[in-house]
Formats: sequence, structure tokens, C-alpha cells
Amino acid sequence: MSELVQYLITGVGGGCAFALVGSGLVAIYRVTRVVNFAQGGFAVIAALTASTLLAAGLPHGLAEGLAVAVGAGTGLLVGLVAIGKPGTPPGAALIVTLGLGVFAYAVEVLIWGDQPRSFPGVPGAVEVFGARFQAHYLLIIGATLAVFAGMGLLFTRTDVGRALSACASNPYAAKVVGISVTRMGLVSFALGGALGGLAGVLVTPIQLVTFDYDVTLIVGGFAAAILGGLVRPALTLAGGLLLGVAQALVAGYGNAAYQMEVALVLMLAVMIWQAARKPIAQEESMEGQAA
Amino acid sequence: MKSRMIDVEDLTVRYGAAVALDGVSLTVGAGEMVALIGPNGAGKSTLVNALSGILRPAAGRVTLGGRLAQVPEGRQMFPDLTVDDNLRLGGWRIRNRDTGPIYEVLPDLAKLRRRRAGLLSGGQQQMVAVGRALMGRPDVLAVDELSLGLAPLVVADLVRHLRELNTERGLAVLLIEQNARIALDLCTRAYVLEAGRIATSGASADLAASPEVAAAYLGAAA
Repeated sequence: MSELVQYLITGVGGGCAFALVGSGLVAIYRVTRVVNFAQGGFAVIAALTASTLLAAGLPHGLAEGLAVAVGAGTGLLVGLVAIGKPGTPPGAALIVTLGLGVFAYAVEVLIWGDQPRSFPGVPGAVEVFGARFQAHYLLIIGATLAVFAGMGLLFTRTDVGRALSACASNPYAAKVVGISVTRMGLVSFALGGALGGLAGVLVTPIQLVTFDYDVTLIVGGFAAAILGGLVRPALTLAGGLLLGVAQALVAGYGNAAYQMEVALVLMLAVMIWQAARKPIAQEESMEGQAA
Repeated sequence: MKSRMIDVEDLTVRYGAAVALDGVSLTVGAGEMVALIGPNGAGKSTLVNALSGILRPAAGRVTLGGRLAQVPEGRQMFPDLTVDDNLRLGGWRIRNRDTGPIYEVLPDLAKLRRRRAGLLSGGQQQMVAVGRALMGRPDVLAVDELSLGLAPLVVADLVRHLRELNTERGLAVLLIEQNARIALDLCTRAYVLEAGRIATSGASADLAASPEVAAAYLGAAA
């Protein structure tokens, strides 16, 4: 029993990182229709930045906050290159983000080297139903829930959030009322960078981070986001948690080497399920029209 | 002479090699209601999008004498947002967030304010589209296909609102319509746009009496 509780909690903690990376993908895709392959890189850059700032003596909180800001700035830069020129097709922008993600490897190795890095998180351990786990997991879970609640408020209670939603649902109407769709796209890239950055600084105390850790995050994040069709943050959170728990259970009761495969299988299963659902929905709609 | 709210001179708009508007000139004075009629594909919506700056002209000039707001063809709701949020976004350009006055002008919207716009009927959506445009506190309204896909009673209600906005608030209106009968009844002047060019223009009564216009747009025998 205590084993299962431990796997569930550590799985939820790991899943939060996927949910944050996935929600960054969603924030960008909703507005720009661009699948941002550089999303995992934001997390890695923020994680490595935080490790440097902490090593330089900055206090916890400030270092992580600055690192998240660096993630947001990196997101904005990627956005400027990918969609800064109005009229850039999403397919072309996707390739640009892929290229920038690879370019980021070179920059990261140049600045931080290729050795894994980590830094301490919330100290101590917590015991729940006989299961002991690092107290840092509670920070990860709490911060993720707070961020998703904040995002809900952002999109429903603020003008910028409404404008982001407007660009996502009807870009032409957004232009009609004077909203710059390109500018909102850049805002979404900065938001995606901040969410990715937050994932990076939260996960580093429980997971060694190297320059190529973005692959793990982007695969997990994409698997989480695909559950909500790349447009629904709440389902992305559910997808991330589901994936994290599944990976923890496979690692705990099976073999930890199969964690990536779990993400890929989950992603594939969701995509097949969604592809199978669509024609049925369309057939029903056509039958309805015929009737 | 009344000051001009819209002054279009020799406007040419191209989509790649295709010419959508070819040397179009048109004016709308302050407080005036002007119709632009023409068949599908004549370039009417292209002209509206050029007026609002969404399309960049290849040649010619668009001069606005005040703020212009657009009621786009097909209503163009933000379907997942509420009516109130749709209205608020209409004031984005001038940072106007006060939707209260819109509910006074269009009271039918007040009881729908919390409903998602995508769930409304076509007539209700058109009302939201008009209200959203009014949030920009315009001096001139460009209304693209007000009657498209709507029942006659709904159209009559919308027309009544437009007439009130014009007479009571002095709002100038450029009404782009395929339904020439509605447009000529409502507006004092009209332009006929065919294949990207102004084919004819004049007082609505004169155009309605013209056998060519009547045959082409009012369903009368030439």
C-alpha cells in the first residue's frame, strides 16, 4: 500500500512537469497553430540558469524566478523568429522551432557544458500512509495547481486572456476588432516559455537535467497536450498527471527504462482514439443533417 | 457639404495576380447612410476589409474622417466567449471596457450577456456583432451583409436599430448588401459594385427606378 502511495505521489509530481510543458505547447498552439518543438528547451534553459544563479549565491525563489523570466524571454525570442513575420505559415514556423531547439543544444553546451546539473529543492521528507517522499514534490504539485488556476483566471478574467482566446477561436474577427494576432502570438510564446521554464526549475531538484533533457519533456508534454487536442489546458493537466502516474507505476513495478515508451504508447493511443472518434462524429452530424 | 467619414479614391486591391477591386471611388458623409450593392464576388467584402486596414491596397487611397468599426460578413463571433466578452473585445482598440451603454442601445442583448456567443441564433449573433462594433465608439459603421441567412422579421429588427443609431446618434453607415431591396430602402445613396468596379451610383430612389438595376438586383423584368 505504502509503495503504491509513493508511486502515485511521485508520479503526480513528475506528471506536473509534463502538464506544465504541455500547457505551454497548448498556450502557443491555440493562438498560432504552431506546434513548438523548442518547448522542452525552455525548461532546460531555465533549469540550467537557475543552477548557475544558485551557485552564484542568489537565494532560492529569486534565482528560480529569474530563471522562469529567462524562459519567458527565450520563448519570446523563439516566437519572434518563428512567427515575427506576419503571414508565416504554421508549418514553416514549426520547422523554425525545431531548428531553434537544436541550435539551443549548442548554446547550452557552450555555456553549461554537457554534464548533468541539479540543485536542492524543498528540504526534508514527508510521510503519507506510510509512504515517504521528498517534500519538494508538494511544491511541484502545489505550484502546478496554482499555475493552472491562474491560467484559468488569465483566460477568463483579463483582457489579454480574452484577446488570446479571441485569436485562438477566430483570428479574422480578432483583426476586425483591432487585436494584433501576431502580437498575441508573441505573448503566447512568452507564456509558453514561462510555463516551460517553471517546469524546468521545479523538476531539477528531483531529476538531473542535461542539455538534451528537453526530449523527455517535449515527448511527455506533447503526450499530455494531445489528450486535449492541443487546445484544452485542463485536459492537458489531466493528461500530464495520467502519464506521470503511469510512468511511476511502470518504473516501480516493472522497469524504469520503459518510461519513454509509456509516453509514446499513451500519445499513440490517444491519437488513434481521437482519429477514430472524428469520423464517427462527422457521420452522426451528416446523418443528423439528412434527417 | 457634409464632412466625409469615408473617402475612397481609385482603390485597387489585388490577391496575387487577381484584381479584386479596380479603381473604386466612393464617399460616405457624416451621418449619411450609403449602400453598396452587388452580386457575390463583386469585391464588396474586400472593400470593407480595405477600409478597416485588414487588407493593404495595391493602389489608391482610403481616408477616414472619424473612427470606423466593422460588422463583418458572417457575424464572426468568438464562439467560446460570452456575449459580454465579445462586446468587451469590440472596445479593444480604444480600451473601452464599459458594455453598459450597448445594453441600453440593444436591450435584447442584456439577458444574453452570460451566454456563449457560439450558442446564439443567427439574429442574436448579428446583434452581438453590431454591439461589438459600437463598443469601438465609431463615427461610421461598415456593415457587411446584415441580412445574410436571417429571417425577414429578424432583419427588420436589425434595420430598425441601424436606423435609430443613424437618426438619434448621427452614426454614418455604409451598408454592404446582396439584398438590394433592403439596402435601397434604408439608404439615401447607393453604389453598385460589379466585378471590382463601380458600375453605377446615385440616389437610392433613382437606382431603384432604373430598369437595369431593378432587373439585376430587385427581381423586376427589364
